[in-house]
Amino acid sequence: MFKIEVNNREIKAKSGETILQACKRADIYIPTLCHIEGMEPSGACRMCVVEIEGRGGLVPACAWPVEEGMKVKTHSARALRARKTNIELLLADHPDDCLYCVRNGDCELQTLAEKLGVRQRRYFGEKNEYDLDTSSPAISRDPSKCILCGKCVRVCEEVQTVDAIEFVNRGFKATVGTAYDEGLNLSSCVYCGQCVRVCPTGALREKSHIKEVMEAIHDPEKIVVAQHAPSISVTIGEEFGLRKGKDVVGIMNGALRRIGFDKVFTTSFSADLTIMEEAAELVERVKTGGKLPLITSCSPGWIKFMEQFYPDFIENVSSCKSPQQMMGAVIKTYFAEKEGIDPDKIYSVSIMPCTAKKFEAERPEHAKQGRPDIDAVLTTRELARVIKLNGLDLHDMPVEGHDTPFGERSSAGKIFGTSGGVMEAAVRTAYHMITGEELDAPELKSIRGMEGVKEAKIKVNEELEIGVAVASGLKNARKILDQIKEGRDDIHFIEVMTCPGGCINGGGQPLGMDEETIKARMKALYKIDKTDKVRRSHQNKSIRKIYEEFLEKPLSQKSHELLHTTYKERKEVLI
Amino acid sequence: MERVQKVFDKYPDAKRDALIPILQDVQEEVGFLSKDAVKEIGNYLKLPTSKIYGVATFYNQFRFEALGNYHIQICRGTACHVKGSAQLLEEFQRELNIMPGETTRDGVFSLEVVACIGACGLAPAITINGKVHAKVQPDEVKDLINKYRQEVKENA
Repeated sequence: MFKIEVNNREIKAKSGETILQACKRADIYIPTLCHIEGMEPSGACRMCVVEIEGRGGLVPACAWPVEEGMKVKTHSARALRARKTNIELLLADHPDDCLYCVRNGDCELQTLAEKLGVRQRRYFGEKNEYDLDTSSPAISRDPSKCILCGKCVRVCEEVQTVDAIEFVNRGFKATVGTAYDEGLNLSSCVYCGQCVRVCPTGALREKSHIKEVMEAIHDPEKIVVAQHAPSISVTIGEEFGLRKGKDVVGIMNGALRRIGFDKVFTTSFSADLTIMEEAAELVERVKTGGKLPLITSCSPGWIKFMEQFYPDFIENVSSCKSPQQMMGAVIKTYFAEKEGIDPDKIYSVSIMPCTAKKFEAERPEHAKQGRPDIDAVLTTRELARVIKLNGLDLHDMPVEGHDTPFGERSSAGKIFGTSGGVMEAAVRTAYHMITGEELDAPELKSIRGMEGVKEAKIKVNEELEIGVAVASGLKNARKILDQIKEGRDDIHFIEVMTCPGGCINGGGQPLGMDEETIKARMKALYKIDKTDKVRRSHQNKSIRKIYEEFLEKPLSQKSHELLHTTYKERKEVLI
Repeated sequence: MERVQKVFDKYPDAKRDALIPILQDVQEEVGFLSKDAVKEIGNYLKLPTSKIYGVATFYNQFRFEALGNYHIQICRGTACHVKGSAQLLEEFQRELNIMPGETTRDGVFSLEVVACIGACGLAPAITINGKVHAKVQPDEVKDLINKYRQEVKENA
């Protein structure tokens, strides 16, 4: 540690860190457009330029190492002028349609133009116009709004190792595109939406289902049911200025009913159901010498990734549908029968932290007899928009519960929202299925946290020790899969989440993916687990009931029909 | 894709730094960079197709459509520029309804912009299938194209 001077103030700095990092710790704001916390600086946008005493030119704070005794001015006249000019030049080739843009009020370019006091147009010139790419079921691209910061390209390559998009062409014609300018649907994109999370403008967005959902709600013939994923209740508050990680489940239920949803269910119920099926599948494979390691199937981005990059693992992946799809299947069967409703009148909406869930809902495997299990998927961000559209807020809303029969959950179903949660939940139930007893310590601390790959060994009985691994972020998934390919055989069960940290950091979540936010969300879920009375999926009374009344037992004929699915190698995509 | 394999044989144990020479050789062999060829190059060099496409589109020399029966190269070197090659190019674009790097739908013509072809004394110069046409004026473009169209018809 040594001292540097920033804006006539002494602050502490560590050798090897950048000016931006030192300033952030000291709460000194420097604007950025292309910087991603935790990743190597790219220095593309030049928004973070600062002045160093004794140096001729401005330097980018994101890429400039601190030196002892250096004197920095973050907001000198020159720095401000340079930043403002940069923004004006970006605006010169940007469509002037802020009022019609999904990011209006939430756009980094717009915010900086405002902050830097851009009030008149100084640069006029040709503007690039590109076609919208709406080919994918999950993500829409509008390259006209792209400012070429490159964050999406880097996240896609460095975090997810998917490489669906890249800079193409050169100079004024340079843009971010897919191979051969094909639609995203023909690229290797897995629809994780991490690119959307980092996009500073409206160039990348989720494909909106808001219109369809509101039309269904306003249709008196339709019974509109909602399910919300485990992580939503601890993230949506951020869209309304609430504390990071605040659990607003009851308030959200209240809001959903006021919007007009006829029934509100929790996806944590079907997460418990997934655990019953998946744990049974694991136990069966272990006992009968089936294909191991078993790999989880909840994360649809991972499923597409596996289908195109690791098709050899198709048999390893659990045949269980994801909680979203299981819920969809039982809503239009068990629930419809129970309530005497024509399943074709049900409009089933899921609220998900995920853009890939939109793709999953549209998979033909999930529409037996032409009737989709799920009709529409709203991301967390879209739900916030729907709440606002209906003149509602989360600050002044009565707390309400879920509807039966899918309203009860264990906390095991709740921690599905974080990396390691599915594994922890599965281990709790698999242990019970094998031994008939309950695990003494249900908390598996070694597979909690933000690490990319986590492992644990669980001693089930004298003969059996189960090895488990948890990977989040597809780059980390590759690591563990490559080890298995090379012959590693001490792992029985692998959980893969597409997004780093799991669903709490999903592509549909509120923007901003700094580690502090993700940790707060993660902590909130584990806190719920710690204080909950029912912490094991098999102890969820509604789960017992659905097996008694409808499904018989895990892996029954009926379960296989409704709750399990198949995968296929994808040769059509350009990888 | 034997022709692509033939190129790979020239580059045993190639790494990503061999990408551009391989692209050049494949284009030489096949005439353009097809999707299938780029996919194979990706497999060979362990590079995603998006990356290869990104690199290839950075350079003017690579094309992604098959050449036409008649490949027209318009010189945009200094001397030809002074003698009006910009208008000439515009005229070809309009007549053929394609941009440089593209091929007409009927597959007869393809267009390419090249830097100086060393025929400055003949400016503005173009080549059609390698044959140099000297001092081409914009108002001659239509006849020139019709002449070659006719030839294709007669040969058909």
